[in-house]
Amino acid sequence: MAGILNHYGPIVGANVIDHLRQLAEPLQGMKVVHVNSTREGGGVAEILHRLIPLKQELGLDASWEIVSGDSQFYQCTKKMHNALQGNRDGISDELLRHYEAANGDNFERLKDQLQEADIVFIHDPQPAPLLKYCQTRRGKWIWRCHIDASRPYRPVWKYLQNFITEYDASIYSLPAFAQPMPHPLYIIPPSIDPLSDKNIALDPTEIQEVCTGYGLDPERPIISQVSRFDRFKDPVGVIRAYRMAKAFGPPLQLVLAGGTAADDPEGEEVLAEVKSEAQDDPDVHVLLLPPDAHRTINAIQRLSTIVLQKSIKEGFGLTVTEALWKGKPVIGGDAGGIRLQVVNHQTGFLVNTAEGAALRIRYLLKHRDRLKEIGETARNFVLENYLLTRHIREYLTLMVAVVGNSADRIEL
Amino acid sequence: MGIAARLANIQGKKMSDPFAITDCALIAIATGEKAQNIREMHNRLMRTYDDGVIYYHFWGGLLRPHFVDREYQNHFAGWAYHDLHDRRLAEKLSIINPAHYSSIEDLRQELIEVFEERMDEDDSASRAEAEHPFFFMRSQIVVFDTHLRVATPEELTGLIPDLSLGSLFYHFIDSRRRSPSGGDDFSEWLKSWGDQYQNLLDEILTIDPYFNSLIELREVLAAIFNSYLKIED
Repeated sequence: MAGILNHYGPIVGANVIDHLRQLAEPLQGMKVVHVNSTREGGGVAEILHRLIPLKQELGLDASWEIVSGDSQFYQCTKKMHNALQGNRDGISDELLRHYEAANGDNFERLKDQLQEADIVFIHDPQPAPLLKYCQTRRGKWIWRCHIDASRPYRPVWKYLQNFITEYDASIYSLPAFAQPMPHPLYIIPPSIDPLSDKNIALDPTEIQEVCTGYGLDPERPIISQVSRFDRFKDPVGVIRAYRMAKAFGPPLQLVLAGGTAADDPEGEEVLAEVKSEAQDDPDVHVLLLPPDAHRTINAIQRLSTIVLQKSIKEGFGLTVTEALWKGKPVIGGDAGGIRLQVVNHQTGFLVNTAEGAALRIRYLLKHRDRLKEIGETARNFVLENYLLTRHIREYLTLMVAVVGNSADRIEL
Repeated sequence: MGIAARLANIQGKKMSDPFAITDCALIAIATGEKAQNIREMHNRLMRTYDDGVIYYHFWGGLLRPHFVDREYQNHFAGWAYHDLHDRRLAEKLSIINPAHYSSIEDLRQELIEVFEERMDEDDSASRAEAEHPFFFMRSQIVVFDTHLRVATPEELTGLIPDLSLGSLFYHFIDSRRRSPSGGDDFSEWLKSWGDQYQNLLDEILTIDPYFNSLIELREVLAAIFNSYLKIED
C-alpha cells in the first residue's frame, strides 16, 4: 500500500496530501480500531476499505474489526436501524437480550485490540454495546452514526442511548442527525474514493460492454437508481416516476441496480415488490448485483443520462455523491444528506413525490444544455467537498482534538 | 528572472522578518441547539455566550464541505433566504461584515439587533416556521506550523497557488479574528516592508472574501500577487 496516498495528488492537488501528512504527525503510531458489522455491502464498508489503508500509510496503527451474529442478531439490528430512521416498531426484550449477548461474545473475541487501542471508532448501532463490556479501556471511544437519526423511534433510541452516552464523543453526517449527548457531537459527512473501482474513470469499451451486456440502448436516455433494495430508498416510487415521465414521450429506459447487504434481511422482500411493480416492462431493468460489482455500477452510472436517488430517508446518500462525481445531475428525495448534495438547479433537483421526480426528468431531458452545465457543477462540487481526502482530514482533526484537549483552538 | 537578478532586486529593498506559513484544519461540532423561526433564533442568540458559535457561522463554515452560496455567505443570511424565505431579513443579514466588529460579542449584538428589528417590523414574520431549522454549530481548529518560511513577497508569489486551503483560511480568513486591524496576515506582513508593496497591498484590500470559495480565493490572490510581482522563469 506504500505510496497510495500520492495517487490522489493528481486529482486533489499535492498540497492536500502534504496537509494530511503534517496533520497526522502528532498521531504517529497511535492504535486506532474501527468496528462495524459487515465487510461487504453498504457505504460504511466501502469507506472503511479505503480509510484504513490510508490511515496506515499516514503512520497510524489502524485496524478494522467486525462484529458478527446469527439471524436474530441481524433481525434486531435491522429493526434498530429502521427505528433510528423513524420506523415505529418496537423490539422485543428477547431480541435485545440476544443483541447484548452477541456483543458480549464479540467483545471476548476482540478484547485485546479494544482494550489496548488509543482510539476506537464504533460504527452504527450493531456494535454499540461493546463499550459496556470494556471495563479497562485505555483510549477514547467514539460512536459513529451513519444513519439519519433525526427523528428516531423514541423507545428504541432510549435503549441505545444508555450505551452511547458512555462514549467520549459521537459523529454524525449532518447536524440534523445529532441527538443531544453529554459529549461532543462531531459532524463529518462521509466521502467517496475517486480511485476505487466504483468511481475510477473507465475505458469506453468497458462501459459499452456493460451497456450491451444488460441489453441497454445507448441511443436512448437512461435513468437509473443504484441502491440497496430497501423501502426507504423508494424503488417503487422510481418506477412510478419513470412511467409518468415516459408518458410524455421521451423513450426512457430505467435501471434499478442494487444488492442486498449481509446485515439486511428485508432486501429480498423489497426486490420482489420492485419486480412486481416493473410488470415485465422491457425498458425497466432490475439488476440484482453482487457486492463486488463495483465496476458494473460505475459503468451504469456513467451510462445514465440522469441519476435518481428518491429516498424517503437517507443517511448521507453516497450513491448521490458517486453520480455527481461522474458529472450526472441527480434527482434526489428531500431527505437526509441528499439535501447537502443536491442543490436545486445547481447539482440537480430535490423532490418530494414521484410526480416531482417525473417533472424534473422531463425538464432535464428537454434542456440538454442545462443538463450538461449541472453535471459540470456537480463534479466540481464533489471534487472540492466529498472526496476521501477531505474525510481523512476531518478524522485526523477529530483525533488530534479528542486526544489533545477540548479547546476550540489547538496549537500543535 | 534569474536567482542573481532576484537577489539583487531583493538586496535593494528593505528586508522584513520571514513569513511563517501556518496551516490549520477544522472540525465542526453540533451544539444540539436549533431554531425553527425568528423568535427562536433571537432567543438562542440572546443566550449564546460561546464565541465559537458565532465564529463558525461567519467564518468556520468556509473550511467545511458546503455548496458555495454566491449571495448569502454567512449562515444566518442563508437560512433567512433559503429556509425562512424572508428576503428582507436575508438582505439585512447579508450585509453584516464580521471584520468590522471589534469583538465577537459586538457581532452577536448586531445579529440580535437585526432579528429584533425584523420582529418589530412584522409580527407574522417572527412566527413563520422555517422549511428546515437552523442548527447551531461550533468548531475546533487545529493549527500547525508547516515549517515553511518565506523571505520575500516575491517568494510568496510563487507559493500561493500551492498553499493548502487550510493555510489560506488561516492567513486570509481566520486572521481577521486574530489581527487587531481585522485584516489578513499577508497584508500585515506586506505593511512591515514599508511602502515598497503599497500598490499590491491596496489591491489585496479590495478582495471581498465572502463571495468566493477558498479555491477561488486562492486563484484571485495568486493572480493579484502575480500581476504585481511577476516572477519570470
